[in-house]
Amino acid sequence: MEKSKLPDPFEKAREKKGYGEMNDQNDPVKILLRLKDVRKTAKNWKTFQSGGEEVGRIVVPSEANIRTTRQIPFEVDPPEHTNYRAIIEPWFKRPNQPEYQDKLLDIVQVVIDDVLSKEKVEVIKEFSLIIQSRALTVLLNTPFEESKTWIEWGTHVFRSEDTHLDIDKANILYDYIDQEIDRAIENSTSDLYSILIDSEINGKKLTKEEVKGVMILTFAGGRDTIINTITNSIAYFAEHPESLDRIKNEPEIMNTAIEELIRYFAPLTHMGRVATEDTQVCEHAIRAQSRISLCWASANRDTKTFENPNEVVLDRKINPHVSFGFGTHNCLGATHARVLLRIIITELVQKVKTIDILNYEDNIEDLDEFKRKVGFNSLTVKFNAR
Amino acid sequence: MAKITFIVNNDEKILVEGDSGNVMQLAVNNNIAGIDGDCGGVCSCATCHVFVAEKDFEKVGKAGEIELEMLELEDYASDFSRLCCQIEVSDAIDGVELTVAKEV
Repeated sequence: MEKSKLPDPFEKAREKKGYGEMNDQNDPVKILLRLKDVRKTAKNWKTFQSGGEEVGRIVVPSEANIRTTRQIPFEVDPPEHTNYRAIIEPWFKRPNQPEYQDKLLDIVQVVIDDVLSKEKVEVIKEFSLIIQSRALTVLLNTPFEESKTWIEWGTHVFRSEDTHLDIDKANILYDYIDQEIDRAIENSTSDLYSILIDSEINGKKLTKEEVKGVMILTFAGGRDTIINTITNSIAYFAEHPESLDRIKNEPEIMNTAIEELIRYFAPLTHMGRVATEDTQVCEHAIRAQSRISLCWASANRDTKTFENPNEVVLDRKINPHVSFGFGTHNCLGATHARVLLRIIITELVQKVKTIDILNYEDNIEDLDEFKRKVGFNSLTVKFNAR
Repeated sequence: MAKITFIVNNDEKILVEGDSGNVMQLAVNNNIAGIDGDCGGVCSCATCHVFVAEKDFEKVGKAGEIELEMLELEDYASDFSRLCCQIEVSDAIDGVELTVAKEV
C-alpha cells in the first residue's frame, strides 16, 4: 500500500517555523508552508508579484535563463492581468459544455480499451501522456493529429532525463508555437491561436509575442501536472481496488473524490512570487526583490485545517485545498483538468476491476531542505477488466 | 420545497425552487450569473460567494470556521457573506434573499 503514497516532507518545518529554504541557481527561495500564509500571500499580488521585470523568475526552478517570452496571464499582475484574463477565461470554461465532454469521453474510452487489451502498460507513456495530449487538442480546438507531435516530445517540454532545464527541449516548443501562430495568421480557424490573434485589449490587438505567451503557458502548465495526476490516480486505484468499487456504487461521491485526489496529489508542488518591498511572512523578514514560494503541496496537508491530511478520504466534504493555486492567478486549466479526471475515473470504475503494479520508479523533486515525491518516472501496470 | 431569490448584478431578481442539495448547485442548475461553483461544493474555490439579506441571516446561519477563513480573504466580504455551497437547501431557508457577490 506504499507505492501510491505521497508522503508529506514538509510537516516538521511547517509546524515548527512555517517556511523552508531552497537555493535555486543562486537565487534563493523562501518556501511558505502553512495554508493560511499561502492563501494570504497568494491574495496579496501587490507585495508578492508575479509580473516582475525578470521573466521566468517566479517559476522554481527558475526559467530566467531559458525563457524571454512572458507567460500570460500568469506573469502579469492586475490591472493588465484582469484584461488578459477576461479574454481568455471564457475559452477555458468550455470544458463545462456537454459537446466538449463528449469529445473527451471518446478520447478516454479509446485509450482505456487499448490498455485493457495489453499484458502490461507503462502508464506515463502509454496512458497519461496519450490522454493528456489528445485532450489538449480539445482544449485548443486544434486537429487531433497535432497530438502525435506532442506525444513525440515526451513527458516534459522543459526537462530532460539529464538536466532540469533543457533549453533544446524548450526551443522545440517555442519554435512549434511560433509556426502555429504564423499558420493561424495566414489561415484563421476556430482554434485558440486564431481566437487570440483576433482578440483586442482596449482596441489594440494582441501581439504575436503575447499570443505566444498564452500558448506557452497553456502547453507547459497543463502537461506534467495532468500527467502526474492521471498516473498517481492509477497507482492509487491499483492499491485501492475497493475505491474503484465504492465510486462505481456511490457515484454521488464523485466530486468529493476528485477534489480529494487533487488535494492529495498537489501536482504542482509550489509556485514563486517576488517581493516588491521589505515585508514579513509568519514573523520572518522578506526582503524586497527576494523570492518566496507558495507551497500548495504543504498547505494541503496542514493539520490546522485538514483532519487526517495524509489519508485519501474520498468523501471529504470540506476540502479547501490549493492544488489549483489561490487568488488572482489561480489555475486557468482547472475546469479542463477536473472534467478530464471525472471522465477518466467514470470510465475506469465501469471497465476496470483491478490494476496490478508490476514495476515503478518514483519521481522525487529536490527542494534542498525537502525531497518530495510528486509522482513516478515510470509505472508499469496490468489493467484487469471488470 | 424552498423558494430562494437570487439578486444578480445588484439588480435583477431571480426566484428558484429546490428541495435538496446545496444552494450553489441550485444556483448553477438555474444558470445564476456570478455563481460558478468550480470546486463542486467542497469550499475550496470561493466562486459561490453571496450576501444573505440581513433579515434572513438567522435563518441561513453563520459560516463555519473553514468557510470563514476563506471569506476573510474575499475582496468584498461582509458580515453577511456566505459561500453558498455550504448552505443546504431545505424548508428552513424558504423565502431567503441572496445577493450574488460577483457582478458579471
